[in-house]
Amino acid sequence: MIGNVIKYEQDNIDTDVIIPGTYLKIHDYNELATHAMEGLDPDFPSKVKDGDFIVAGKNFGCGSSREHAPIALSTCGIKAVIAVSFARIFYRNSVDGAFLLPIEVDEETYKKISNSDSLEINIETNEIKNITKNETYSMKPFSEIIAQIISAGGLFKYKK
Amino acid sequence: MNITEKILARASEKSSVSPDDVIFAKVDKVMVHDVSGPGVLKVFDKLQKQGIDTSKLHDPTKVWIAEDHFVPTAEKISAENIVKLSNFSKKHDIKKHFKYGMGQYGICHTLSHEEALVNPGEVYVGGDSHTNTTGALGAFACGLGHTDVAYVLLNGEIWFKVPETYYFKLNGKLPPHVMAKDFILKIIGDIGTDGGAYNTMQFGGTGVDEMSVESRLTLTNMTTEAGAKNGIIESDEKTVNYLNERGATNATILHGDENAEYSKIFEYEASELEPTVAKPFSPENTTVARELSSTELDKSYIGSCTGAKFEDLLAAAKIMKGKTVKIRTEVLPASISIYKKAVKQGLIEIFLDAGATVGPPTCGACCGAHMGVLGKDEICVSTTNRNFPGRMGHVESQTYLASPQVAAASAVTGKLTDPRDLN
Repeated sequence: MIGNVIKYEQDNIDTDVIIPGTYLKIHDYNELATHAMEGLDPDFPSKVKDGDFIVAGKNFGCGSSREHAPIALSTCGIKAVIAVSFARIFYRNSVDGAFLLPIEVDEETYKKISNSDSLEINIETNEIKNITKNETYSMKPFSEIIAQIISAGGLFKYKK
Repeated sequence: MNITEKILARASEKSSVSPDDVIFAKVDKVMVHDVSGPGVLKVFDKLQKQGIDTSKLHDPTKVWIAEDHFVPTAEKISAENIVKLSNFSKKHDIKKHFKYGMGQYGICHTLSHEEALVNPGEVYVGGDSHTNTTGALGAFACGLGHTDVAYVLLNGEIWFKVPETYYFKLNGKLPPHVMAKDFILKIIGDIGTDGGAYNTMQFGGTGVDEMSVESRLTLTNMTTEAGAKNGIIESDEKTVNYLNERGATNATILHGDENAEYSKIFEYEASELEPTVAKPFSPENTTVARELSSTELDKSYIGSCTGAKFEDLLAAAKIMKGKTVKIRTEVLPASISIYKKAVKQGLIEIFLDAGATVGPPTCGACCGAHMGVLGKDEICVSTTNRNFPGRMGHVESQTYLASPQVAAASAVTGKLTDPRDLN
């Protein structure tokens, strides 16, 4: 999976900025996408390209259980969020609903990746190749259940 | 095993479980509201297109529905979401649908205890992050997203990784004017918004034993703000009495084993706690209220599942009695049962005499939905649970999270006020 980075050098990017509460009444995915990241970066929907990755600090997606958050990002074309850590409901919504890949990296890797870098993510080898900088990083492997749900294509396709 | 492990072992039909075990737990109760319900129905639509049958729920008697986030409906889209909920409960014959404007209704997490919908020892999941609240009754209560709730509705179970447990022990009784809200804000300030991530936050000790059930609910409610999977308090006689008074028939006293293990223990002395406030823009950005006494405010908001239970209103009314508010002050009882009790005991009259307004039970401005949202540069003291940018309205508004006593004291001075400093 190859994509370009939109980087936010920030910890605790919460669901209220990913998709503000006033839009929770909306369940049309395309309409939600037009408000993605509105509380932090109102230009996001116009600059994001299909296949892009978000890179951010720790505790990405903290706050609410709103599935609108991974839905809005994924409908915009985001295929993975690479972060130092994730809040639990955002993480499991991303995986169980098969919206995007939540990929954990260490602080050092997070710092090395720059905005607009082109990355290749390989979840088989747990490696991230930075094509722009010609560097290779390791990602934290998914736990067994998460890997199985991702490979099945979401919780409803997973057979226990 | 500790209480969370015991509940999850029972629910997954295992003799014991340990942290990091992955289990499928049978779910005893499941809740959706006017945001997560339509979200779940959207998931059902997707599933049907994939050939997955969504026509029958696993067990409609385990399901209950609240209308709380966007009621009273201010826009057509919110009204349509309510209609979707009504059609859903009719289709599946869901009896426990608490309709806005029809008997008992209110915020989902408040109904869970006011209506005794969840018993100690049960696994309860809800399509809302503050589902953790109900863990104060001795249940495993956990918030999930739409896909997971859809899975529970159709299959009656869901996967969990058994969490590690952090135990927060409070020694001694809280001093006057210090509330459970101050204690949980202090904890979040200490451990951070990811300090409990993926873990259980359990509360105990003499200070928690002393607390009313409603105060305990404030503690578990805000475990969400520390990223916890669940908050929990072992049930005791108080829990059982509280639930029985509200019609429960299966409420029991439930404890962890004597040799229960906790991955960390945090100890607090109640006598050292003070009225505490979380400054913008994070619940972990805490300080004592006295340090902020020069902060000018535009509004005081006393509402939400966190801060508008009966005892929250009572505490606020005691402070506002005979005084006049200096800033706009909005009081929104968290359920109709609480509202009625507040009317009978004269609290609503106190708020109105002080010049505050009283609104209907709704999540309202807590989540920036409607009914009192903040404009640019407005500064609010609020009994709610989050203060991220834009949480209560404009992204450049500011929310200070505080106890009902701090919110009431601030309402009558117009500045952030420690209730101990009020004449």
